[in-house]
Amino acid sequence: MKSNNKGWTVAYWIVVLVMLAVGVVGWYWRLTTGHQMSNYGSIIPWGLWVAMYIYFIGLSAGAFLISSLVYVFGIERFRPVARLSLFTALVALLMALLQIWVDLGHMGRFYEVYTRPHFLSMMAWMVWLYTAYFLLLLAELWFDTRHDLVRWGERSGVSGFLNRVLALGSRDTTDAAAKRDAKVVKVLGTIGVLLAIAFHGGVGALFAVDKSRPMWHTGLYPLMFLLAALVSGGGLLLAIYALLAPDRGSEQHKDIIDSLSKLVLGLVLLYVLFTFADYSIVWYGSIPLDVNPLKIILAGPFWYVFWIGEFLLGMVVPIVLLGLKSMRRSPWWVGLAGLSIVIAFVAVRLNIVIPPLAVPEIAGIAQAASSPRMSTMYLPSMMEWFVTVGIVGFGAAVYALGYQLLPVKPRVSE
Amino acid sequence: MNSDRREFLKFAVGGAALSAVGAAVLPGDSVAEAAPAKSQHRWGMVIDLRKCIGCEACSVACSMENDVPLGEFRTIVSTYEIDTGGQARRATLPRLCNHCENPPCVEVCPTQATYKRDDGIVVIDNTICIGCGYCVQACPYDARFINPETHTADKCNFCVQRVDEGLLPACVETCVGGARIFGDLNDPDSEVSRLLQEYPTEVLKPEMGTDPRVYYIGLSDYLQAKVDGMPVPWSKEEILEGMTDGSAN
Repeated sequence: MKSNNKGWTVAYWIVVLVMLAVGVVGWYWRLTTGHQMSNYGSIIPWGLWVAMYIYFIGLSAGAFLISSLVYVFGIERFRPVARLSLFTALVALLMALLQIWVDLGHMGRFYEVYTRPHFLSMMAWMVWLYTAYFLLLLAELWFDTRHDLVRWGERSGVSGFLNRVLALGSRDTTDAAAKRDAKVVKVLGTIGVLLAIAFHGGVGALFAVDKSRPMWHTGLYPLMFLLAALVSGGGLLLAIYALLAPDRGSEQHKDIIDSLSKLVLGLVLLYVLFTFADYSIVWYGSIPLDVNPLKIILAGPFWYVFWIGEFLLGMVVPIVLLGLKSMRRSPWWVGLAGLSIVIAFVAVRLNIVIPPLAVPEIAGIAQAASSPRMSTMYLPSMMEWFVTVGIVGFGAAVYALGYQLLPVKPRVSE
Repeated sequence: MNSDRREFLKFAVGGAALSAVGAAVLPGDSVAEAAPAKSQHRWGMVIDLRKCIGCEACSVACSMENDVPLGEFRTIVSTYEIDTGGQARRATLPRLCNHCENPPCVEVCPTQATYKRDDGIVVIDNTICIGCGYCVQACPYDARFINPETHTADKCNFCVQRVDEGLLPACVETCVGGARIFGDLNDPDSEVSRLLQEYPTEVLKPEMGTDPRVYYIGLSDYLQAKVDGMPVPWSKEEILEGMTDGSAN
């Protein structure tokens, strides 16, 4: 068992290092040649990177909201995964910010959103809310782990050093201090829930306020984004907890997996309902600018993104695996269901961003001029893929290091 | 002689200091700064489609004047081959920024890089634009793009650099059939005002509530129905289907 674990760890790091190497190439291209090597253009100016950004930020919001079940709403059953959720939220947020930063035409000008914000713009709100959320996550995670940071700080080696540094000189391990920490965490968590709803509902609104894209312009979007965040964040935690928890195989592990599975299953079913409501009403109305993106989603050249990605992996597989009691008791199947959701939501996000852009607002615009930038067909370029692979590798590396060196592992019950 | 020179130097230094202050206080692009604080003008354009021959001279003049990169256009004449009741005909639709009264692109800009001047011209300060592309999505007329050379949002600005000096926009000046007429909507005697009074005019996508300042004469029904967008590649059958859809609506 032990050596088997070691094998997995080595395999994991090999994959991560390859991804990082690919990422270095991608970022080098991006930073030296700007956007020249990208495939997004004038008709489809937002592509893979924007989709991955809302994907990562959704994972972050979802993981954070799940941690709040424990810290804010006191559902102790999920206590073992609470801190890991917080840590997941932090890493996913870092990935999201990197991903959207690289998409800017001028990466060096991001500070303009701080120095001269325009608060009628949802995007300006996003930047400010992310900043608040980032600081809050750091604070909440610090107060939540402080006690363990102090204790781990007594270790030798890299982990000890890192924990000593992160403890910021704090040494108090008394019960009173722990109680105070818990109180602070509860307050921060409560603010955080509001922030998470604001910023992720806000990302939905960022798209929804765009009246010139009818497919986005629906009041359902902010709610759908929040739900998508919960499903994808829940799926990620399910996968991580089912496959990695130190107490795998114990009764407690099985019980928690069972509860978490039911939670995620409920969220998936709700997401199916939302998707059906959205798509069926668009279809019924059949306003060309509204329904044509849907036709592209369902039967366009990238039909498989919906049918295999969203439908099979995001709906059928998790509903079957999490719905059957016998499957739900097996960490492997549950982990697989979680992974299936995690992959499916990349497809969900791609279909949110790209097809509504692939239908020009003025007919024939793509034929009016012959230019690769004036195309309704979009497939990410190699540079785009490499940059994103690098960001995933970065996230995976930070996550694994944190998991190894910091007190964020799922707690084994006393 | 000597004192003259001193006077001149004083003037020059003062002028430089003044313009330095101007650059620090006023956002951005020098053309935008040149506009008076409260403008008497309200610039607008009338496009008389009966006179447009689809020669694209406007597109070329615009690209020359504004140094628009290859493959992108601030204005272009979209042309359509349309089958009207068994008769083939060509329809042209010159397109540019509509300089809307309620511009959706200005609302969404996170840094106030794009804004509407007092004289109604919607401009972009490309020293502040972060290149996020949000305005490109928000424009219902596909009038904006990210300039692949500056990496900032770009679009027609009615040639502010010319208009502020009392010249006509390049496309208007060059228009072969005189289909593009530019002028002051506040001035009841201007040619645009007279045309708006004399002829029925239409704007693109009035249902968007953007209140465009580019008006069309002769924007016929089939063309209006065409501009609701259609997936490509599209075939003749689909165009016909779209037309019947359009008339049914």
